[in-house]
Amino acid sequence: MQSNSEKLSAKDFATDQAIRWCPGCGDYAILNSVKKVLSTLGKRKEDVVFISGIGCSSRFPYYVDTYGMHSIHGRAVAIATGTKVHNPLLSVWAITGDGDGLAIGGNHFIHALRRNININILIFNNEIYGLTKGQYSPTSQLGQRTKTSPLGTIEKPFDPAMLALGAGATFFARTTASDPKHLQEILLRAEAHCGTSVVEIYQNCVIFNDEAFEQFLGKENRDDHSVVLQHGKPLVFGKGLDKAVQWGHHELLVSTALDTAVIHDEQNLSLSFLLARLETVKPLGVYRCVQEAEYASNMDDGVKKESRKQVSELLHSGSTWEIE
Amino acid sequence: MKTTLEHIIILFSGDSGDGMQLTGTQFSDTSARMGNDIATFPDYPSEIRAPSGSVFGVSGFQVHIGAREIYTPGDQPDVLVAMNPAALKVKLPLLKKGATIIINDDAFDRSGFKKAGYEVSSLEAIGELKNFKLIHAPITSQTERALEAIDLDNKSKRRCKNFYALGLCYFIFSRDPNLTKAWIREKFEGKDALVNANIAALEAGYHFGETIEASISIYQIPEAPLEKGTYRQINGNTGIAWGLMQAAEASGLDLFIGSYPITPATDILQELSKHAGFGVRTFQAEDEIAAICAAIGASFSGALAVTTTSGPGLALKSEALNLAVMLELPLVVINVQRGGPSTGLPTKTEQADLLQVFYGRNGESPVIVLAASRPGDTFAMAFEAARLSLQHMTPVVLLSDGFIANGSEPWRIPDLREEYHHIPIHLAQASEEDFKPYNRNLQLVRPWAIPGTEGMQHRIGGLEKDFETGDVSYDPENQEKMVEVRAKKVSMVASNIPEQQVEGKTHGQLLVISWGGTYGAVRTAVKRLQVQGHEISLVHLTYLNPFPKNLGPLIANFKQVLIPELNKGQLLRIINAQFHCEAKGYHKVQGLPFTISELITAFEKELKLVEYAKQ
Ligand SMILES: Cc1ncc(C[n+]2csc(CCOP(=O)(O)OP(=O)(O)O)c2C)c(N)n1
Ligand code: SF4
Ligand SMILES: [Mg+2]
Repeated sequence: MQSNSEKLSAKDFATDQAIRWCPGCGDYAILNSVKKVLSTLGKRKEDVVFISGIGCSSRFPYYVDTYGMHSIHGRAVAIATGTKVHNPLLSVWAITGDGDGLAIGGNHFIHALRRNININILIFNNEIYGLTKGQYSPTSQLGQRTKTSPLGTIEKPFDPAMLALGAGATFFARTTASDPKHLQEILLRAEAHCGTSVVEIYQNCVIFNDEAFEQFLGKENRDDHSVVLQHGKPLVFGKGLDKAVQWGHHELLVSTALDTAVIHDEQNLSLSFLLARLETVKPLGVYRCVQEAEYASNMDDGVKKESRKQVSELLHSGSTWEIE
Repeated sequence: MKTTLEHIIILFSGDSGDGMQLTGTQFSDTSARMGNDIATFPDYPSEIRAPSGSVFGVSGFQVHIGAREIYTPGDQPDVLVAMNPAALKVKLPLLKKGATIIINDDAFDRSGFKKAGYEVSSLEAIGELKNFKLIHAPITSQTERALEAIDLDNKSKRRCKNFYALGLCYFIFSRDPNLTKAWIREKFEGKDALVNANIAALEAGYHFGETIEASISIYQIPEAPLEKGTYRQINGNTGIAWGLMQAAEASGLDLFIGSYPITPATDILQELSKHAGFGVRTFQAEDEIAAICAAIGASFSGALAVTTTSGPGLALKSEALNLAVMLELPLVVINVQRGGPSTGLPTKTEQADLLQVFYGRNGESPVIVLAASRPGDTFAMAFEAARLSLQHMTPVVLLSDGFIANGSEPWRIPDLREEYHHIPIHLAQASEEDFKPYNRNLQLVRPWAIPGTEGMQHRIGGLEKDFETGDVSYDPENQEKMVEVRAKKVSMVASNIPEQQVEGKTHGQLLVISWGGTYGAVRTAVKRLQVQGHEISLVHLTYLNPFPKNLGPLIANFKQVLIPELNKGQLLRIINAQFHCEAKGYHKVQGLPFTISELITAFEKELKLVEYAKQ
């Protein structure tokens, strides 16, 4: 699948379609980062497939010059599963939103993780239904006022990290459209992981849920309210690198005791869960990455184990008789 | 003295734990191998283990064997094997007058009668039995006695009693017990006690027959004049699985099946899951939606993609099926119908999903619709569904039903070097000039370019697309054009299917039009009336959308059209709307197949009305 002929650039992955997102939408930054990352993978364009559901975010495949399918609401992951299982050599990406992937498509999401099929699931999380113009989603904050919750929602949101980890995710990372460099790093990690890779991307919807991530990621707040995860490195953050994540009794705490900072371990499931539960500081990066049996290649091994049989053998197997 | 019969219908019945399905299958396999034609009808409760001895727990297996061609499992059994009072109670009303009943005396004790809900506690007290010939056999106790010397627990010994019953039937109907003995040896290989016990029970039953020979009638059913060839038994679900596998081989594609278990379609998934060695990838999804979606994803990447289900599952699949219509990707959907609506009658048969298949999607959404008629044509119909789907780049729904799925009959194995050996398809080649995903050929079929093909990257989707470029389009004129193009594409399939055959004259008084699993009964009824000199003909449809080109003219050749269906008139509505005719319907929705006699009555009545109208 490696191409050594021509080197591709991000531009080579552009299509002739007019992009229909609102100016200022976080989706643009994700598109650009994805194209950039694709150009560095050494993969041929024809070996890459993007499959999306329905939503603003799910328009994505029209804008990338690979094979692509803009399908129906919630089903991207299920369709991508079939594409990958039939041809495990393809690089398959499912593009979904917080509504598409976690509400209507929630069942497919958890089951893909359980199977650990080698696709990349990019969740464009804007904590709102964008395309249908501003109803609350399963990741909208408790009490958030939206078109369908004028008094504030009375539903607790999903934390995509907890959900994914609970479903057996072998790779979960959280990043943001507002930091393309980090986003690209994470996308590379996701593609390199053999198994289902979930990348939750905070994506600002300027129209229906603007500044949803300000509390953690706004210019003023970013340093003190987000921590970048790096495997084997201490979880130290803050403007003056003066804060550290610490082990508490049943949770993680934040203090200034730098020398007792938690060392990030992508294979420690308990740590991954606790990171997802931090309230005042948002961890960005790879929460979990472990190697486990992968579905599509297991299926492929099963199919290729013996030499191919002919149906005529099957028809004549077992009990048959002649009539003369 | 043996009496020679041309055909006979035997119904094995007992508790669901009594092994009646196995007994019936063995009896029919042996009969088929002895050269008879057969048709079978298993009828079992949907509860896995209903309370033992209860009427809900009765499991039956009807087999019709003949010295001539057999098209149905038959209306009224000539012989009933009743392993317990509940079986007798449930099945007695079905029997032909004067039928023979083989009674397992041991089970007809006070508690057995009570569990069956009988008020009486002896056979003598059941007045109706006077009209039947009873053969009393102490099946349970005799089985136990025959197995005395075998080292097995008592429970396992009692379980062998179905082989005792089978042995007795083998004697009465002059069947060769050796085929079943060989089967037992193979089935329980390595478990000597079980092999010995089951064979001993079979032999004991057979010998019991010899002992009472003087007091009962013994029959033989000579070989049927079947077409020369190698035969095997096939049921509808297996036939579909194998037909799909052959279609994959003939088209050079790998088979992908996405499915979620549902009665009575599950066996197709189970059968295909055994065949990874044939390149079959089976994906048991988390639900029906995922199942069809995965199939669509596999089709996008170049598989022969299939999803299998029954009515409730088809309802869940409808949005995704619509996507496949819109994407114009090949996809085979198998719907094995059961009794509805909702969960309905899961283990019973019905033909009430036809309108769902035709119209159960939003928007103008035509699909190709085919229907199997009998277990023996499922291989061909599944192959045909795949062929049309691949050649026309559009979904095909193949309808089967519970009756076809579980019924079995002898099937002449086709020579795959001669038949079913090639499905010509066209996959777009690398960097084809002027490639546009929705550029159509003369049949209005778009090209299939699969991921991995260099220079052919493209995007498809559920949004309406421009006729020329395939790009998303909201243009009003274009939308109408695309709706028409998709409809025309499906209607043009009529040029790629055979003309409709007529059984009987191509014009006359009454034309019966049927489809699906009712074929055997309808055909038999029509043939009998033809023999009596009536002007009645049969068109049995296997292509339902589009219809064969000559169907319209055929309908016009008859004074009256009658459409018998196991629903409230679904094909009827379609035919009347499409051909502007006034066909009548004959309906039954009881979870049961038509009986030949009720059809004959209905057809005779209609013939009389046509006669009367003429005067
Ligand atoms: C079956 C179905 N139900 C509902 C819709 C309407 N719908 C389209 S997109 C959407 C929600 C999109 O939200 P999200 O997935 O978060 O994507 P975003 O637009 O925010 O990127 C809904 C409810 C639909 N297209 N199909
Ligand atoms: S509505 Fe929101 S999510 Fe959708 S395109 Fe506009 S800014 Fe982006
Ligand atoms: Mg959203």
